[in-house]
Amino acid sequence: MTEETTIKVRVQRGTADDTPRFDRFEVPAHDSQTVLDVVSWIQQHADPGLTYRFACRVGMCGSCAMMVNGVPRWTCRTHVRKVLGDAAEIEIRPLRNLPVIKDLAADLDPFFDKWVAAEGRHHPTRTRHDPIAPVDPGSAERAQASAGIECINCAVCYAACDTVTGNPDYLGPAALQRAWTLFNDAKEADRDAILDAVTGPGGCTSCHSMGSCTAYCPNDLDPMSAIAGLKRAAARRYFRKAG
Amino acid sequence: MREFHLYMAQRLSALVMAPFVLVHLGLIIYAIQGGLSAAEILGRTQGSVFWFLFYGMFVVAVSIHAALGLRTILGEWAGLRGRALDATAAVIGLGLFAMGAHAVYAVTAGGPA
Repeated sequence: MTEETTIKVRVQRGTADDTPRFDRFEVPAHDSQTVLDVVSWIQQHADPGLTYRFACRVGMCGSCAMMVNGVPRWTCRTHVRKVLGDAAEIEIRPLRNLPVIKDLAADLDPFFDKWVAAEGRHHPTRTRHDPIAPVDPGSAERAQASAGIECINCAVCYAACDTVTGNPDYLGPAALQRAWTLFNDAKEADRDAILDAVTGPGGCTSCHSMGSCTAYCPNDLDPMSAIAGLKRAAARRYFRKAG
Repeated sequence: MREFHLYMAQRLSALVMAPFVLVHLGLIIYAIQGGLSAAEILGRTQGSVFWFLFYGMFVVAVSIHAALGLRTILGEWAGLRGRALDATAAVIGLGLFAMGAHAVYAVTAGGPA
């Protein structure tokens, strides 16, 4: 009979009002075990009071992101073996740059409020009574838009961004990338409104192109380049108005 | 929109500064050949409209560029916001301009007529 191996896990506990503390757990190790599996095991077998958030478990809903050994990750698609390496234990904390609700559940309100502030909503060119506008899938604008639309709103980029840490007003990579996809959408009617929204204090010009968003995006998207696109578009508009 | 004007002012001042920096570095290397003396420098700069305009525009670009760069850093690292941030950046910009303009005037004014 083989001895059951375990994983040492440190989990941040507490609410926004508490000083964060860490609880330690030993979780049975399995093959193909994800970090979310580890968190779920703790909640189901060791401490039912552990608060965390997940839904789909297959990397589509974007609700299970947490800080794992200091790195923002989608926990349902992150294998324990990948993050453990030579480390003695796994440390799991709620997403950085966001208020904590309790334990591992971060408050995503600021994150989604900024999607709205970045004018991340569609301004239609037609009504529902008009025929559907054709979209040329081969156009350069469509390629730019398509590059960013697979965002699952997991807030990993927002947690990874040091500019968000330094400037709480900064809209962040996800919201700005959303604005860029709309800006390049053939069916978008008000590009000026988008540029107005993303060029104020905390807008795209706050980005220092450090690239953590692009480095940590679990879907391999490139918000940094999307933000650079917004800067270029805003600069072009600036010279057009001046000229 | 105001924020974007400041962003463009910083980018454009960088564009202006790039050739100035290269000429300035070249001049430093040229000027120290065979030793450096105040007389040699003043002999080159005093009464020179070219060097007055060159370093005058350089100082203006530096004042704008540095003040806006520090404005960003003060916002992110010192947590300054709103009018306190703008006032601090303005004082830095005006201070740099005053010191730079004083230096440019000191080395280009007067001299052989």
